[in-house]
Amino acid sequence: MTTIPAPPVAVIAAPSGLARLLQLVPWFVVAGLPLVLPGYEPLAMQVFVMILFALSLDLLVGYAGIVTLGHAGLFGMGAYTAGILSVHGVTDPIVTALAAMVVAALTGLVFGAAMLRTKGLTLLMLTMAAAFLLYEIANKATGLTGGEDGLQGVSFTPVLGLFAFDFRGKTAFFYSLVALFLVFTFVRILINSPFGWSLRGIRENDARMVAIGCPILQRRVVAYVISAALAGLAGALQAQTTQFVALHSLSFELSGNILIMLILGGSGRLYGAFVGVPAFMFAQDLLAKQDPANWFLGQGIILIAMVMLAPGGMLGIAERAMAAIKRRLS
Amino acid sequence: MTGTATLETQSLNMSFGSVPIINDVTFTLRPGERRALIGPNGAGKTTFVNLLTGRLHPSSGSVLLNGHDITEVGEARRIRMGIGRTFQITSLFPKLTVRENVFLAVAECEGIASRLFRSAFHHGAQVARVDELVHRVGLGDVANTQAQFLPYGRQRLLEIAIALALRPKILLLDEPAAGIPTAESHVILDIIATLPKEIAVLLIDHDMDLVFRFAQQISVLVQGSILVEGAPRDIAADPRVREVYLGDSKHGLPAAA
Amino acid sequence: MTTIITILFFAVAYGMILYLISVGLSVTMGLMGFVNLAHGVFAMLGGYVTVMMMNRLGVPFLPALAIGCVLVAMLGFVLERTLYRHLYGRSELDQVLFSIGLVLVSVAIVRIVWGPLAQPMQLPEYLKGQVSIAGITLPAYRLALVGFGTAVIAGLWFMFDRTLFGARIRAAVDNRAMAQSIGINTSRLFSLAFGLGTGLAALGGGLGADVLAIAPAYPLQYIVYFLIVVAVGGLGDIKGPFVAALVIGLADTLCRYFLPEAGSIFIFAFVFLVLLWRPNGIIERR
Ligand SMILES: Nc1ncnc2c1ncn2[C@@H]1O[C@H](COP(=O)(O)OP(=O)(O)OP(=O)(O)O)[C@@H](O)[C@H]1O
Ligand SMILES: [Mg+2]
Repeated sequence: MTTIPAPPVAVIAAPSGLARLLQLVPWFVVAGLPLVLPGYEPLAMQVFVMILFALSLDLLVGYAGIVTLGHAGLFGMGAYTAGILSVHGVTDPIVTALAAMVVAALTGLVFGAAMLRTKGLTLLMLTMAAAFLLYEIANKATGLTGGEDGLQGVSFTPVLGLFAFDFRGKTAFFYSLVALFLVFTFVRILINSPFGWSLRGIRENDARMVAIGCPILQRRVVAYVISAALAGLAGALQAQTTQFVALHSLSFELSGNILIMLILGGSGRLYGAFVGVPAFMFAQDLLAKQDPANWFLGQGIILIAMVMLAPGGMLGIAERAMAAIKRRLS
Repeated sequence: MTGTATLETQSLNMSFGSVPIINDVTFTLRPGERRALIGPNGAGKTTFVNLLTGRLHPSSGSVLLNGHDITEVGEARRIRMGIGRTFQITSLFPKLTVRENVFLAVAECEGIASRLFRSAFHHGAQVARVDELVHRVGLGDVANTQAQFLPYGRQRLLEIAIALALRPKILLLDEPAAGIPTAESHVILDIIATLPKEIAVLLIDHDMDLVFRFAQQISVLVQGSILVEGAPRDIAADPRVREVYLGDSKHGLPAAA
Repeated sequence: MTTIITILFFAVAYGMILYLISVGLSVTMGLMGFVNLAHGVFAMLGGYVTVMMMNRLGVPFLPALAIGCVLVAMLGFVLERTLYRHLYGRSELDQVLFSIGLVLVSVAIVRIVWGPLAQPMQLPEYLKGQVSIAGITLPAYRLALVGFGTAVIAGLWFMFDRTLFGARIRAAVDNRAMAQSIGINTSRLFSLAFGLGTGLAALGGGLGADVLAIAPAYPLQYIVYFLIVVAVGGLGDIKGPFVAALVIGLADTLCRYFLPEAGSIFIFAFVFLVLLWRPNGIIERR
């Protein structure tokens, strides 16, 4: 892994009250965006959902050092749980979101407990096979999922009985923004906890973790289940905000894309998802409109260049630039 | 919490493929003992430690802790039972700082490592222990440096700090002084001197000067078998031991007292 | 009865294609420890070169295959020297990302050059018909495929088991440092093995153009099958993947035929369980 953990001083010194308040500023700025840029709510809420999804992946890839090519399997489980519940009359957004988290967490528990004994190529293949398996099941269980046509007739009642999902996407915008804020806060606490540090330890040197008495399988499974629950939440949010669930939500393509978005921003850095996802989605919007080939080409070249020249993604580049400037100044 | 423990092996055997490495080793390490394990390169000392900690599995024989058979107990659990060790080939968390390295071990030892909701560095008592350990091994000035940037000798000290953080009842030190300049190797002894008396320490080293200053008892392992055990002066005088080490001036035994 | 034999035959043909394409991946992954998700690119390029030479230039089947194989092997050799080797020591994640990048670039280029549609191979007359052996009628193309594939595999195994080059590869897979210390030039060995592996993939891609359709999405669509063969067959081996490829070919063909409503569910469940049961592949290596 080419990640560089946050400087320890920043972790040891708890942020002052003022610093904490300042950290809230960007959230209020984003919350005020609809006033300035009306009409962008649907795009913005897609970005929020994907950031949330990428955050869940960062816990695995960036902190626990578990590389997965099947994270969409868990996202899709959440999306289908919320969607199928709503089709069958359970239409409260918060109830279905919680149900989606539980189902995704259980899926993560079953697959994770089985897979995480292995590593390397075998683990990579297992994550892929698990997601392909879920995809094929959803594809064939047309009665439940609608198969290739996607799940039709998904709709939800107002959030907390107060805020109905409207055509302009205002409710969905704030709903997903609040969810993202809660998840971000949770993940930030988690990665600074002793548990979060032990995940970094496993990532850095799992054999040594065993030799200090750490039950690494159990730790990794817990991380996987938490990540699964968050991915499931992201899936549920997508079902709720778009009122539709498609097979794509379980696809290898989505598993690959979310990994690319995270790495593009910088994994193991907490804020990587916030940088990588918007950059990816913006570029996709720009390039894919003309010709999908351009989009593939651009994405491929950026990936290769990043691996060869700039590990750590966009935040990694920024960190190095800052370090260079500091050296100049001192 | 500072219980004592006796670690034993009975007729332990182990081979890599068809090559026997450890042959019928019966061995005891008692509470409070300061024992050295010496032997030529490739004798099987590291392999033996790995068998004790559960990193490797014997082909036959058993390992006992306080009389209980722990041969089938996994490595992590044995560590939690109080067997701590250092690695001959340094094994650290390279991109974490010295404090973070030690914190991981303290957290596992004190059972807080699976806590999710409170910042690691708000665990005041544990952080204080981390800092105490870091200072005890003399790494206070580099506490916030990433382990990968430490010179090798200081990485060896961090290795020891991690082992001490586990509050071992039994401490297995595999060539802790290798890489530390000879003139400074006494720091290892100083650190050991700070340990509670009832802890059993097994030290492996090729530096006979260090070994003879440390040990109350010495076991000599040659080609996977215990050749002889006894007090340092008897070992130094033993003709078989002298033969094994003959001509090896770097590792030369001190003249028989 | 005849149907069953026909199906079995199709399964073997399919398994052989899977094997030809994947065996190079197994050797290079075992040799260099590189997680290469871009291996399908070389099979696709072999397929395109073969098909385009036949369809547009009228080159006969076998020469077209040979040219595709050689060109792609050269490309593989060059890519190994220029890009791949810089990433051998890197993390699995970096290797995954790099090879996904390579896949995306190749998909884009192929799409730009040859368009988004699949390129069906126009078979030569002598491969179009049916041949009947002992009362069982089989398509000539598949028969040729199995015959030719068997010959290539026999040659490959001979090389691996009996030649100095094969012995060097086996030695380096076992213990790279040791191989180096007894004077094997592992750097050159890697390039050659990589070239050979990609050449075989190209051969498999061309030969199997009628089984796995040649289209820009090829490396994304089939990579999971190639990886399965390697993961199930075991890294660095050439016989394990053969068994794995036949098993996968058989299982997939039988499922499609007898349980079309289950699709690929069984194949993925099967792979998942096999990998849990034998994380290092079905054939246990010492
Ligand atoms: N993984 C392995 N596979 C095969 N043989 C091994 C392996 N590890 C160690 N050996 C062999 O086992 C024997 C004992 O090795 P070991 O490392 O235990 O010796 P040692 O006494 O610790 O030596 P040193 O003083 O050099 O550290 C050596 O001959 C070594 O070559
Ligand atoms: Mg040793």
